[in-house]
Amino acid sequence: MQENSVLELRGIYKSFPGVKALQNVDFTLRRGEIHALMGENGAGKSTLIKVLTGVYPKDGGTIHVKDKGSVVFHSPQEAQNAGISTVYQEISLCPNLSVAENMYIGRGEKQLLSWKKMNADAGKVLESLGINVKPTQQLASCSIAVQQMVAIARAVDMDCSVLILDEPTSSLDESEVAKLFKLMRQLKERGVGIIFVTHFLDQVYEVCDRITVLRDSKLVGEYSIQELPRVQLVSKMLGKELDDMADIKNSAPESKNNKDEIVYEAANLCSSEGIRPFDFHIRSGEVNGFTGLLGSGRSESVRAIFGADKVTSGEVKVKGRSVKIRKPLDAMKNGIAYLPEDRKRDGIVGDLSVKDNIILALQVKNGFFKPFSKKKAIEFAEKYIEMLDVKTASVNTPIKSLSGGNQQKVILGRWLLTEPDYLILDEPTRGIDVGTKVDIQKLVLKLASEGMSVTFISSETDEMLRTCSRLIVMRDGKQVGELTGEQLTQTTVMNTIAGGSAK
Amino acid sequence: MSKMSTKPVSKGGQLLSSILHHQLIIPIAALLLLTVFNLIADPSFFRITLGTNSAGHPVLSGYLITIIDYGSELAILAIGMTLVTAASGGQDISVGAGIAISGSVLLRVLCGTESRPETLQAPIIVAFLVCVVVAMIFGAFNGALVAYFKIQPMVATLILFTAGRSIAAWINNNELPIVSDETFSFFGGYIPGIPIPTPFFIALICFVITWAVLKFTTLGLYVQSVGINEKTSRLNGLNPEMIKFITYVLLGLCVAVCGLIKVSRLSTINYSVIAKDIEMDAILAVALGGNALSGGKFNMGASILGAYVIQFLTTTLYKFDVQSDALSAYKAVVVILLVVLSAPVVREKLSSLLKLATSRLRSAKSPT
Repeated sequence: MQENSVLELRGIYKSFPGVKALQNVDFTLRRGEIHALMGENGAGKSTLIKVLTGVYPKDGGTIHVKDKGSVVFHSPQEAQNAGISTVYQEISLCPNLSVAENMYIGRGEKQLLSWKKMNADAGKVLESLGINVKPTQQLASCSIAVQQMVAIARAVDMDCSVLILDEPTSSLDESEVAKLFKLMRQLKERGVGIIFVTHFLDQVYEVCDRITVLRDSKLVGEYSIQELPRVQLVSKMLGKELDDMADIKNSAPESKNNKDEIVYEAANLCSSEGIRPFDFHIRSGEVNGFTGLLGSGRSESVRAIFGADKVTSGEVKVKGRSVKIRKPLDAMKNGIAYLPEDRKRDGIVGDLSVKDNIILALQVKNGFFKPFSKKKAIEFAEKYIEMLDVKTASVNTPIKSLSGGNQQKVILGRWLLTEPDYLILDEPTRGIDVGTKVDIQKLVLKLASEGMSVTFISSETDEMLRTCSRLIVMRDGKQVGELTGEQLTQTTVMNTIAGGSAK
Repeated sequence: MSKMSTKPVSKGGQLLSSILHHQLIIPIAALLLLTVFNLIADPSFFRITLGTNSAGHPVLSGYLITIIDYGSELAILAIGMTLVTAASGGQDISVGAGIAISGSVLLRVLCGTESRPETLQAPIIVAFLVCVVVAMIFGAFNGALVAYFKIQPMVATLILFTAGRSIAAWINNNELPIVSDETFSFFGGYIPGIPIPTPFFIALICFVITWAVLKFTTLGLYVQSVGINEKTSRLNGLNPEMIKFITYVLLGLCVAVCGLIKVSRLSTINYSVIAKDIEMDAILAVALGGNALSGGKFNMGASILGAYVIQFLTTTLYKFDVQSDALSAYKAVVVILLVVLSAPVVREKLSSLLKLATSRLRSAKSPT
């Protein structure tokens, strides 16, 4: 073992039926460093983390932990006892308990505990980490970012020497991310080694010291942050020179003539989810976007269009015809498709196969008495697996065993299969690697050029600027601006989001 | 040479592991276990004799026939219970009480106001249809509580579980009407000239209908989808409440069929004893079929097989003179064994052990 390393993985192998998930992967984490683990979806990042924390048994290789020598973990609990803590993207705390309870639950140090002492201890830890929350507050009432920090505080309090953060920032907004980074730097000062899994390149370069890149279940290399410029990192992850980002921008159709048919039109549309009534229309072949901070009502707006929430008012016309859209099925019958923001909660049907997940929407649209034959279903599934390049062992693999990006592609395939006129994509690229992101952006533009109308929502403004020809800006549940053509620049968008006064 | 020889082996190994992971393995293994046990303990268990019944018609008898006979009721219930479990992630514990109600309705229509009529007051088919409607209404009551009022299935159905038998008694003013018409006894007994018990044929009809419904409609996909992820299902145009509701109504239909068989067996009814504890056997059948009681994916064939295996177990215990009071305790022990064996953790372990064994075997063989 090297002198200052706290964790060394050597020659790790892991395979699942039909898939080699890790092949001869090495990974070294040093004391007091923030180490980014990068790779495309399905490159093996999650698997590596899960092997390291004992969620999966490894097929081969060794794990060395400082002061503990070679170890084999059979459960995350064992890994935790050896000082390896993980904070997952989806927070795995108990929302109905208080902050302090969450920090001490399941640690089994004593049978009896004093609530007073527990709250006081928790308060001390939180204070020392600069997390501004009361120990007695119920966790559910805290923002996601604070919940994540509580999870980190819990890990830190358990004397971890290795902290794994698996995409902690994907549901945070910018100021929250900044707070998280501050916390990470503090921990680094204390000598904790942090493994940081993320898809945001900016964040990697902001906070990390070192990068390990995986590709196709293999190790590409370990680099210090200075020796690996951004473009190279991306090309290492993709295994090829990255198609120039400017490429798609150029190929983006100039904002189309406004003579195309209006596909969808809503007046005074409102739902029960706290947005103000709004007007909206989209023409065929147009890509528009809703932007705004988290909670500004951008998702709620498109959910109202799709009838996903309770629609309380509004008149809707599809292709000039007055229609009532009160529930998703109405929207689907009018050629609208909606890819939801929260893939796990609203998108996938976890235990069902990739095939069933792909045909679901079209099957429902088709009707109760017209099930697709098995052959037809497989045909559909294979078509979209190929078209979207979904990495899956077979059409019968349960979707939950796919990586996040591949799940997203399956859901996208589901909606493309319904051949919609109007496709709503709410954060289709969240938690997805750069390569797939570019693929999806290209796909959106291609679909639009074929006449499909697309609404594209993303937390990353540059991504929206790249794809959308019209941006609707939202703040506090209200539409505050509409930007087109020349106005589509980062500064204008930011200014409009922020309040528009700063010119 | 070595390439050629390794290929079939690995294929065989794959086949073995896919069999081990197949859902049907649990009920089949249980069935084999029971069969082997009976073969060793007393092979006469499997004897089937042809005799005549009191009416002079030829009938088959033997323990296996009993299993087919009584297992059929359970299998019919298991169909509905499987759907309810898959869609709502919970079970209906009021099916026994439901059978009492539907049986009581059946008798009420057949006998009218007299308790021992000379002739039937209504055709059996009419009586059965009325009983189906009533049972489906009670199913709808349960379904509405679960789907629309979001009450936990066990709690929601506890209402009818408690009240059902009283309602059944009340329908007939607490009298015990007796049907003297001979044709009525065919449904739970034998049709003259056919030596196999009628419930088996009724069950077969139910299986075929179920198969057709699952094949020619999207019920299976919808039910599983709702059971796994309600929110996603809604966003894909499904109406999860409606689908849950429908499964309870369908279970009501199954209950009515069981009610017919049960009442036909006796030509009368005993409100407090009829179909007692049958809900537990029906739920067990679903579990034994390897279906998650928390809902989601289901395998109907496995549930049906599970029902017959449960009956196999019950009959085996009767055969060995287990007191009927003690029956449930014995059953519980066997059930614990089965359920533990079928738990994913244990199965994972078993299949890895098996893999180890086969690879050792292969390496031992290879030098020769």
